[in-house]
Amino acid sequence: MTTQDRLTISRESKLDDAGYKWGFSTDVEMELAPKGLSPDLVRLISEKKDEPDWMLEWRLKAFEYWSKLQREDAEPRWAKLRYPDIDYQDIYYYAAPKSFDDAPKSLDEVDPEMLETFDKLGIPLHERERLAGVAVDAVFDSVSVATTYADQLEERGIIFCSFTEAVQNHPELVQKYLGSVVPYTDNFFAALNSAVFSDGSFAYVPPGVRCPIELMTYFRINTEGSGQFERTLIVADEGAYVSYLEGCTAPIRRTSQLHAAVVELVALDRGEIKYSTIQNWYPGTKDGQGGVYNFVTKRGMTERDAKISWTQVETGSAITWKYPSVILRGDNSVGEFYSVALANNYQQADTGTKMIHIGKNTKSTIVSKGISAGHGENTYRGGVKILPGAENATNHTQCDSLLVGDQCGAHTVPYIEVRNPTARLEHEASTSKVSDEQLFYLMSRGISEEDAHHMIITGWSRDVIKELPFEFALEAGQLLKVSLEGAVG
Amino acid sequence: MLKIENLHAAVTDSDEVILKGIDLEVNPGEVHAIMGPNGSGKSTLANVLMGKPSYTVTDGDITVDGESIVEMMPDERAHLGLFLAMQYPSEVPGVRPWQFLKAAKDAIDDANGQKKTSVRQFSKLFDEKVEEIGINPDLIKRSLNEGFSGGEKKRNEMLQMQVLDPRIAIMDETDSGLDIDALQAVADGVNKMRSPERSFVIVTHYQRLLHFVHPDIVHVLVDGKIVETGDASLAEKVEQNGYRDYLAAQRNGK
Repeated sequence: MTTQDRLTISRESKLDDAGYKWGFSTDVEMELAPKGLSPDLVRLISEKKDEPDWMLEWRLKAFEYWSKLQREDAEPRWAKLRYPDIDYQDIYYYAAPKSFDDAPKSLDEVDPEMLETFDKLGIPLHERERLAGVAVDAVFDSVSVATTYADQLEERGIIFCSFTEAVQNHPELVQKYLGSVVPYTDNFFAALNSAVFSDGSFAYVPPGVRCPIELMTYFRINTEGSGQFERTLIVADEGAYVSYLEGCTAPIRRTSQLHAAVVELVALDRGEIKYSTIQNWYPGTKDGQGGVYNFVTKRGMTERDAKISWTQVETGSAITWKYPSVILRGDNSVGEFYSVALANNYQQADTGTKMIHIGKNTKSTIVSKGISAGHGENTYRGGVKILPGAENATNHTQCDSLLVGDQCGAHTVPYIEVRNPTARLEHEASTSKVSDEQLFYLMSRGISEEDAHHMIITGWSRDVIKELPFEFALEAGQLLKVSLEGAVG
Repeated sequence: MLKIENLHAAVTDSDEVILKGIDLEVNPGEVHAIMGPNGSGKSTLANVLMGKPSYTVTDGDITVDGESIVEMMPDERAHLGLFLAMQYPSEVPGVRPWQFLKAAKDAIDDANGQKKTSVRQFSKLFDEKVEEIGINPDLIKRSLNEGFSGGEKKRNEMLQMQVLDPRIAIMDETDSGLDIDALQAVADGVNKMRSPERSFVIVTHYQRLLHFVHPDIVHVLVDGKIVETGDASLAEKVEQNGYRDYLAAQRNGK
């Protein structure tokens, strides 16, 4: 099988974009594999990437497993999400910018149009942004475009590269940790991802090293009808620390796009990983047409005295199915989950976390803020599990919902399973509306109605937003504002 | 400056009429006190002046410098120079008083074609006022009004009033529930702000605040109407006699 269907993506601007400001597409020639999923396609992807046999075998096993689930109709349907059946044979599983056939050696070789795209996205690839102290791995559709700072990181033994490069250059690390937290048998979408993932990011921080800058990946789906299946693996070795940022956008498309990512975090003894996400995939039109279907499996594992902290601001996607979780395996390890999820217009979000306490004295914190507006449906789904050996485990869960308007919905589904009597769990939940009194108060001081709404909502989300790195926090605030335009007033 | 003519107002979407024909003219530099028994409509008047959506003007007019403000949103009224110190200021979680007040000042300045105050300049002004009014600096680091005591909320209202520097300051029972120190702080703030250009409309149940802030004109409001207007001595009369006579007269259908 060979690649075909070379085409140029054109701009679309006629769609009612529900205020989506990131909805430009890019005229870049793409190399596409034919639509549909088969063992041949899996082989093609693997071949394109010149992967070693073990990687191909792993993919094929995942494909086999996924096919079995597919035959058994085992696509998960327990979430409070409504969407038409996905035709998995009608999706492009591999799309790469054509001009990357000979991978660029430096930024100068990157397609200028693509650089412009990244400029519009505000991705710091150039010298100016170097000062901002962010190393970026940008995944454009499926292929990692450019990674900055690699040299500086290398001096400290930190590896930060595209997943493809990691398979080539650090196969022992990838082989050791890939699938160790999220095996391909984990769930339907994880199996799909394991079979066809085309790129993603890889980071490894060696023992005792504190990563001096924030690592960042920007994901973007560009090709119409294409899925994005990126794979991220981050390992903080013993006593290491890393803060990792992930941003996502997609252009406006009439048809829905599938995104099924897997993120695995491994924090070895005393290691710490802080993982922050701003998810702004295209949410669809005001009437609920198009938009990204976002089915993501994110999970971390903590060894002794280790810590993993997830922070997410989810404003995009038509459908969000996502539960960043922590398996607290080592004693005294800590798991945190801070989330703001917004569902406006006809967006649906079913998101939350699982904290699985295995080690003694393990501690988890969950702060979930769900904002529903328009006809949006927002569900918090959380699981806290205390296993028999988890002496003195503690969990604190705070779960707040905010309603804007009277057509939206907020739902809370907390599962708690405690199998050790020494565990201490707290669960707080609240549902509120932006009150007329608050609005009048702010407006009486000269603040416009829209700004007053925004101020109240970001204030309400503050406990989560303050967990983000500073620049990301500013972006998150802006994003909430833009995403709520039209929902208030 | 502020002129109220035959003002009628009702609770929005209801037949409950609260203000039943109020006429009032406030000139630059004047301090007016509106006194009245519970339920007379004096708080409603304060809120209607600021444009609270839960009340609807059913008849009459309110003008500022000859321009009707009845159709204006509360933020537009603020841009014109109106300010309402609230009786029960809302709590706004996660919003810092500094951030809130800077946004408010910027919005007002912007609407009036003025340059924004720089962060440094604003911080200086803010810190000065915080100290002057006697606000606990720790409070200012918290969310707006969240966990503030009654007195702290009122001091915070005074802080906003002083920083936003309105032309027409309306105070809705700012004195209720205040201890003597807080009352003194509020009065000092008002007295300092008195000027030939600025007017005050002070709504109060008791005469307490008026011991410290001497009004030019006192109105007694009963059942949605101004039944008596006089100088400062009227407040003293009300303090001695209460509202008994007014209420009796109202019952007798006078």
